[in-house]
Amino acid sequence: MSAAAVDWARVKADFPVVNGRIDGQPIVYLDSANTSQKPHAVIDAMADFMRHAYAPINRSAYRLAAAATDAYEGARTKVQKFINAPKAHEVVFTKNATESLNLVAHSWGGANLKRGDAVVLTHMEHHANIVPWQMLAASHGIELRWIPLTADGQLDLTNLSTLLDGAKVLSFTAMSNVLGTITPVAALCKAAHDAGAVAIVDACQYVPHNVTDVQAWGADFVTFSSHKMVGPSGIGVMWGREALLDAMPPFLGGGNMIADVRLDGFTCAELPAKFEAGTPPIVEAVGLGAAVEYLSGLGMSNVRQHEMHLTDYALRTLTDRYGDDITIHGPRNVEVRGAVLSFAFRDIHPHDVSQVLDQKNVCVRAGHHCAKPLMRLLGANATARASFYIYNDESDADALADALDGASDIFGL
Amino acid sequence: MPGLEDLYREIILDHYRSPRNRGELPTPPAVHAQGHNPLCGDEITVYLQIDGDTITDVKVGGQGCSISQSSASMMSQAVKGKKVDDVKAVVRKFKSMMSIDDEDPTPIPEVKLGDLEALQGVVKFPVRIKCAVLAWNTLTEALAEAQ
Ligand SMILES: Cc1ncc(COP(=O)(O)O)c(C=O)c1O
Repeated sequence: MSAAAVDWARVKADFPVVNGRIDGQPIVYLDSANTSQKPHAVIDAMADFMRHAYAPINRSAYRLAAAATDAYEGARTKVQKFINAPKAHEVVFTKNATESLNLVAHSWGGANLKRGDAVVLTHMEHHANIVPWQMLAASHGIELRWIPLTADGQLDLTNLSTLLDGAKVLSFTAMSNVLGTITPVAALCKAAHDAGAVAIVDACQYVPHNVTDVQAWGADFVTFSSHKMVGPSGIGVMWGREALLDAMPPFLGGGNMIADVRLDGFTCAELPAKFEAGTPPIVEAVGLGAAVEYLSGLGMSNVRQHEMHLTDYALRTLTDRYGDDITIHGPRNVEVRGAVLSFAFRDIHPHDVSQVLDQKNVCVRAGHHCAKPLMRLLGANATARASFYIYNDESDADALADALDGASDIFGL
Repeated sequence: MPGLEDLYREIILDHYRSPRNRGELPTPPAVHAQGHNPLCGDEITVYLQIDGDTITDVKVGGQGCSISQSSASMMSQAVKGKKVDDVKAVVRKFKSMMSIDDEDPTPIPEVKLGDLEALQGVVKFPVRIKCAVLAWNTLTEALAEAQ
């Protein structure tokens, strides 16, 4: 099956919000890098589960609870297959990618890093892959090093071996949420391993849009969020190699994560329960499982092709129409970028751009996108960002281009 | 949805294009405070020169959207040369126009807002209220700094 074989109009029809209206006008949802919309398949799976099958997991002997446990664990297996993880119990459910990254930094990093150890990050990281390491820098005295960027917003790997020299960790994004840049994940994981460092991949923007194969990457830890991949909010994933996870201390303590608790201490449960303290997001896991099935049904290589086409179309449409009046950050080559377009439009502040677009129901994000170090590099306090997904088509890029005209009118530029 | 003309009044765009009282004042003798809007990254610094009970000079630095910048510009005009107590009354009146409650049980003072009334339309766009009050909250902090 190729992208042409997918009926993208029917895909769009699956998403109620995208087909909704505000003030009688259609909604043009271009904020999927922030959070994605949900298809009926996910909404119904969660509602059906709550209506007919909801029960606790892992704790009770009755059949209803056993079936709920199967549903929860079934979601784990679906995620395992989706990212080609070797083992289901290496897939840990968290609250979101942020918690996943904190788990890795605090549990693995807290146990394995000591004063003076270096952790290498990049200038295009989301705060979720910066602040946990800065917290470790404060508590453990680790050193942070940064991979810089090229002029067109790719990683500048010229001095990679120097940066990695003696480093214990390389933690980086597979795709920038601001620039759309897709990074050379497999090569970076290999470089990390050659230097004796652990490779952590923030795949929050990547997994929803691409075929993900954590084994082909050769990564050690991979983190992402359900809500950006047509699943519900409230659940995220942390995948890690079994040997690393086994050797790590638990992150949060409480119920479900223990094998035994005595007055003088506790022993941990086996994976994955060891990292899933307390009652997990049961309904959300069912929703994530449905989301993974939905995306698998489309085929992730088809999704990627569809988005490459759309990205190319949007880049051309906006630059043809506005020329030098629009600055779109990040690489031009759609082979190395996803469907995220951060832009500056004339001298109009992004907040005002987004306000004017909202008048036409065109939903874009304006702000720093939780990547302030990168924004400083771009020399902007904020950008407007349009991001596309499976339910978008060329007409949405056209609507964005048309709506931008309104900004020129008001600001008289 | 209300029309954008309610938000982007001509006088607002004028203050945005040619902001009044831009710059800095030496501290001391002036006092200053910084405010930012984490949502959109807008940043504002307010400098006040206070002599006795009067704000004899005011300067505004920073960057941001049309609403935060024009509100800051209008604020600077409204407070320059005014007595601190009168300015505090204007702040309360302005914030009540922005439908922001304060804890003060005394009635909102009956002061004229003049040009500032152009910002009234912002209330119809609740997301932008934060932009409009940024300069005013920063002003309040600068006044506290002076005490
Ligand atoms: C690249 C990247 N990493 C991490 C995150 C954090 O995801 P969440 O907010 O779901 O924890 C995001 C979300 O914006 C992201 O874009």
